[in-house]
Amino acid sequence: MKLHSLLSAAVMVCFVAGTAMAQTTAKPAAGAAAGAADTAKKTTATTVKAAETSAKTAAAPAKPAAGAAAGAADTAKKTADTAKKAAVAPAAPLPEVPLKAGDPIKIGALFAVTGGASNLGTPEQKTAEMLVEEINARGGIKGHKLLLLIKDSGSDPQKALSLAKQLIEEDRVFAIIGPSTSGETMAMKSLCDQTKTILISCAAADAIVSPLAPYVFKTPQKTSDAIKKIFGEMKKMNITKIAVTSSNTGFGKDGKAQLEKLAPESGIEIVVNEVYEKEATDLTSVLTKVKAANVQAVVNWSIEPAQAILAKNMKQLGFTIPLFQSHGFGNIRYAKEAGEAAEGIIFPAGRLLIADVLPQTNPQKTLLLKYKKDYETKYKEDVSTFGGHAYDAIALLEKALGTATAIEKEKVREALEKITGFVGTAGIFNMSATDHTGLDMNAFEVLTVKGGKFAVYGGK
Amino acid sequence: MSFSLIIQYLFSGITSGGIYAIVAIGFNIIYNTTGIINFAQGEFVMLGGMIAITLCHYMPLSAAVACAVAITALVGAFIDFVFIRWLKSPTVLQMVIITIGLSILIREAALHIWDEKVRSLPCFTGNEISSIRLLGAYISPQVLWVLATCAAIVICLNLFFSYTLTGRSMRACSANRTAAALCGINVRNMVTFSFMISAAIGALAGCVVSPIAQTHYDCGTPLAIKGFTVAILGGLGNSTGAVAAGLILGIIEAFSVSVLPMAFKDVIAITILLLVLFFRPTGLFGSRETGALREF
Repeated sequence: MKLHSLLSAAVMVCFVAGTAMAQTTAKPAAGAAAGAADTAKKTTATTVKAAETSAKTAAAPAKPAAGAAAGAADTAKKTADTAKKAAVAPAAPLPEVPLKAGDPIKIGALFAVTGGASNLGTPEQKTAEMLVEEINARGGIKGHKLLLLIKDSGSDPQKALSLAKQLIEEDRVFAIIGPSTSGETMAMKSLCDQTKTILISCAAADAIVSPLAPYVFKTPQKTSDAIKKIFGEMKKMNITKIAVTSSNTGFGKDGKAQLEKLAPESGIEIVVNEVYEKEATDLTSVLTKVKAANVQAVVNWSIEPAQAILAKNMKQLGFTIPLFQSHGFGNIRYAKEAGEAAEGIIFPAGRLLIADVLPQTNPQKTLLLKYKKDYETKYKEDVSTFGGHAYDAIALLEKALGTATAIEKEKVREALEKITGFVGTAGIFNMSATDHTGLDMNAFEVLTVKGGKFAVYGGK
Repeated sequence: MSFSLIIQYLFSGITSGGIYAIVAIGFNIIYNTTGIINFAQGEFVMLGGMIAITLCHYMPLSAAVACAVAITALVGAFIDFVFIRWLKSPTVLQMVIITIGLSILIREAALHIWDEKVRSLPCFTGNEISSIRLLGAYISPQVLWVLATCAAIVICLNLFFSYTLTGRSMRACSANRTAAALCGINVRNMVTFSFMISAAIGALAGCVVSPIAQTHYDCGTPLAIKGFTVAILGGLGNSTGAVAAGLILGIIEAFSVSVLPMAFKDVIAITILLLVLFFRPTGLFGSRETGALREF
């Protein structure tokens, strides 16, 4: 055979293998798993620890949101198990560096500034920088300034894990803010817990805080609450047959699993259930399938640009049924992108997006308007709920540092758990020893798009 | 399946097929002159879209598209001038590595020039929700723009490569560099020229596709993978073949969704592609004789 055909065949084989792995939901991240296995094989003390950590992450919660971590862990676990006999106890906490008067408190910030989730990570990074600047201008906390160390995870769970290790072991940070996505958070959950590093995640999946890890907190509202809110709206509209579309990512999978779990309880039947690639450029084919199934509503779960494409395609195909989106739609950019097609989309979100129209009596109003004004004057772009999650994470940490009897990790962790009635951008936080989100369904408002702007959904 | 549903799947296949096809055409030009695949082709598509979106705020849409095409063509020329022109006799592997490196470079540069946000050009006719009703099914007018652009490019390219001196000189360079040089053809200029045409076509594709598929700094690679697949399926170097193969692939994918979960869409399409390549290594429309003469 000629080189020409050989080469093209080889390229195709690689491509098929790649696609098949990415697409088959049973093995979410076989590619990443192979990578993890390779690393683990090198069996230096550090890599063994890393493999172990990821193995545990997935073994403990075994929730679908673990996504890439779960896949990677399966393979990594085998390698780790063999290696374990030879060496090392689980990642032990490093001795805490005592803080001298005037020393800055080091905070690691791990955000998906680039990659698929960059529309989450970028506003988070900007918000974190802004808020820390503000806190330091006020004189810091108990005479200590905050020092923010920002790392870009590139939306990749494996990279997030190794950056977290770097922050903990080399930079010896006091706490970590972020990461932006559920997949990344799940990859580092047990590492942070074992090394006793406070992690305040900006990602939404329920699996992050259930089962509970003492050192892991999160600021976004729960996925299950978002779904309950959507189902509540559906009940009012007498909708019983729906189609679910979700993207092939940690957030999409978590939403899909929760939708499947909660639908029967609410008397809702999922007739069509489809997963699409996050890079999808056109979704009319899957919508044709939805059309043929005669459903009463479509629920889409993703954080990617494809959610605007879906909205456009639905209107182009002449759909008249409502489209429900997740709280991942909480960026006005997507509504602008979908233009006319965004009109009438219904989705649950925090109150940040409608701060202007909130009644004066709302306890969040003052804070939301302040954050919105500060962010929009500083960065000349619209505020999004994602930046709000980073705002809450830092504000909660600031509060806990202020109320803790001493600036020590365990004391601050306890102080975090005791925070109640704290007004944040996502809602009113009531933390406890068993609830590390501290938000309930009331944190959500059902919104819609009207005239290119977010507005409160009044019902039909 | 009802008749209107079949038509709807067909239209949906044409929509994605059109996108694949218009991206695939760009791959063929540089291949026709140098015999290599330009792995930065997807980035030309992205650049075209991004530049047009930026210029769109200052001038009418048509002018913005024209400027974007011209600017991207200059970028193509610049790339050849800086990175490729100085290689004495580039091997296939060298060129592949250079172009992959360039694609990363352009992508990162785009991230810094613009940002990570998703943008799109306004639809050329109508708006986001307008569609044409035909036989009980719907199709976006933008898809017709994509198809018309494909057709126009293919006709122009075929005329150019068959009837103009420059076009024939470019083909000669691909057949045999040394012989072409001995005939008095300036091979290096031809390569620069092919980079310019290819960048321009990529940019045009980026503009017409943008209202459907949206544009951001990282959108080039996924588009290029599909485009490359289609270019091979249609027979490398054959633009008409690329368009036909793009539409065939798109339609197969769309119909596969009707029977199987969407997650298997690519698997089915690529399996068919593999089978074609096993039996016709030069692609559906590539001729065996020309295939046999080629290095890659």
